[in-house]
Amino acid sequence: MNSLVIRNGRVLDPATGFDGVRDISILDGIFAESAPDGTPEFDARGLIVAPGFIDMHVHLREPGMEHAETIDSGARAAAAGGFTTICCMPNTSPVNDSATVTSYIVSRAKQSAIVNVLPIGAITKGSAGEELAAIGSMKKAGIVAISDDGRPVMNSRVMRRAMEFARALDLPVIDHCEDLNLSAGGDMHEGMMSTRLGLRGIPSSSEDVMVARDIILAETTGARYHVAHISTRHAVAMVAFAKSRGLRVTAETTPHHFVLHDKELHDYDSNYKMKPPLRCEADVDAVIEGVVSGAIDAIATDHAPHAGNDKMQEFERCPFGITGLETAIGLSLEALVHTGKISLMRLVELFTTGPARVLGLSCGTLTNGSPADVTIFDPERSWIYDVNQSQSKSRNSPFNQKLFRGGPKATIVSGRVVWAA
Amino acid sequence: MNLLGIEHLERSEIEAILERSKHFQPLAGQSFQRFDTLRGMMVVNLFFEASTRTRTSFEIAAKRLGAEALSITASGSSVSKGESLVDTLNTLGAMRPQAIVMRHAASGAPHFLARHLPIPIINAGDGTHEHPTQALLDARTILDQRPSLEGLRVAIIGDIAHSRVARSNVHLLSKFGAQTVLCGPASLLPRELGQLASGVTLTNSIREAIEDADVIMMLRVQLERQHEVPMSAGEYFQFFGLRLEHLALAKPHAMVMHPGPINRGRELSSEVADSQRSVILNQVENGIAVRMAVLERVLA
Repeated sequence: MNSLVIRNGRVLDPATGFDGVRDISILDGIFAESAPDGTPEFDARGLIVAPGFIDMHVHLREPGMEHAETIDSGARAAAAGGFTTICCMPNTSPVNDSATVTSYIVSRAKQSAIVNVLPIGAITKGSAGEELAAIGSMKKAGIVAISDDGRPVMNSRVMRRAMEFARALDLPVIDHCEDLNLSAGGDMHEGMMSTRLGLRGIPSSSEDVMVARDIILAETTGARYHVAHISTRHAVAMVAFAKSRGLRVTAETTPHHFVLHDKELHDYDSNYKMKPPLRCEADVDAVIEGVVSGAIDAIATDHAPHAGNDKMQEFERCPFGITGLETAIGLSLEALVHTGKISLMRLVELFTTGPARVLGLSCGTLTNGSPADVTIFDPERSWIYDVNQSQSKSRNSPFNQKLFRGGPKATIVSGRVVWAA
Repeated sequence: MNLLGIEHLERSEIEAILERSKHFQPLAGQSFQRFDTLRGMMVVNLFFEASTRTRTSFEIAAKRLGAEALSITASGSSVSKGESLVDTLNTLGAMRPQAIVMRHAASGAPHFLARHLPIPIINAGDGTHEHPTQALLDARTILDQRPSLEGLRVAIIGDIAHSRVARSNVHLLSKFGAQTVLCGPASLLPRELGQLASGVTLTNSIREAIEDADVIMMLRVQLERQHEVPMSAGEYFQFFGLRLEHLALAKPHAMVMHPGPINRGRELSSEVADSQRSVILNQVENGIAVRMAVLERVLA
């Protein structure tokens, strides 16, 4: 069972640097040297065969908001997007701030998810920013990082204590960097477009000052610190600077932050409303440059499903966030690879060893003996994204009916094909 | 056809509305003439924000064209029972009005509805975005005294950041080659406004703004849209309030305008408001004529 031979694909394995046509054998869900005759085969001729992709930033809405997404539906959307492992943020209801909630998510994932689901725990109780959550017991229950995503810890002293704890537990601290006083009431990036549209702005500085604060605290505490969905040029520069000083500082960006600009908002379409907001061209260029230079370690989707009626409101009342699991590979190929900015190997790295290193995970490679998670994609295939066919329970994507060049073909988790185009 | 804003309106379209509105001006008459261009039609005025002059003005305009006009304010409607904007509009739409005139506190609310509803929507002010009929009536008022907008120097002074009137006027004046000077305290005058349209400059000095101006438009400080502690009224009036002594800096026959409601002693002195230079009541009168032209254009 769960044995497979993937034949004739171009294998890209950033962990070893291997790039060439070879067969991949899977025996009982584990990468193996070879498989016996008669093992089922997958013909990957003309396709890229890569270690299973990891999305280190998704929102699954379970428990509490199952009408928008469940662990089951989110995992299916992940599989359809080529991801074999996803990390879910703690802003559920209740917030994942205790071992009880973590265990619930882990057991629900075991029952219903077709991909690996790794929970991220809250930094503070209820993500209220005041009192530290039960970080140690959550780690025992299975969290891989801590974050108060969406409700950043404003109190620097609390953040410092969290980093001290996290360092002792060897957990990365992921921060959604937003100074809530600077961004208060904002609906989109502050700039020419917000002025024109009469919408209140979220200045780039609201991200910059928090990244600066966090890097200073990371140096003070020695914590592993990770910037979620980095979106500004100054933040990218500060992360590069921190890296050059040898700090354990990493960053992720999302496809929409390097594909779209704030000018997309011209018609008040709430499918372009998210946090951080779509930034101006200079910021977008810097994010791409950060992906190229290595300042940015990973691509994550910040998949944020919202039920239809939540987005059918006045722009300023609509919640922030868009879905992203199913479009991530297509968008990344389009903006980064087909433009010649990065190689296919680097792209695979950003989805595999990049996030694995940030989180300290052993997955993201094709090494014999490890669980056989594989992402097979076609960098050239033409396809149209139809949001109504999405595996997600929500439809809030700005990429509906977009024509893509390149996308996922098959997703294999522990040797089992869980999705194929 | 909708009227959502000035920014995307063709210059020829604006000219047509301004020209047609002359036909509806009462001039020396006792009242606005009655027409029956829109007989049998129904216009719903849906106001989600308090308004006296704009709502009344649209109502009179519709009635003077022979249409029926119905005004609804949000506080007295199902909105207070938690109904969403789309559902409210769908419900009203099912009652088959020929157009909906809408004012809403959220920027873009009419644009959002225009995408989802088949009924023509006229924007009577959306948040801090646009107030197209105000810019049209301001242009009508200026053109009643000047042959053209081209080359005029128009100072717009006050809370620019939160002003939909300023945005619509900047777009309109720019399309006709006027020079616009925007003036206000730094926190109410985002630098990006300088790139909103061509011919726009910014200053924090009221004297600089008024110098050689043909038109001075004063704006109300929109406390209800500010989310932080505002500058004190006294400090504001001292630096940005329009007083008689300022008028000497402007061109000899400069006009003083204000979209209303005015706050005497806050953004302009009583003496200025009541002076010969003030055309504030002409603006109100032109509001009806211009809105008649707009309704006719959208509906007839």
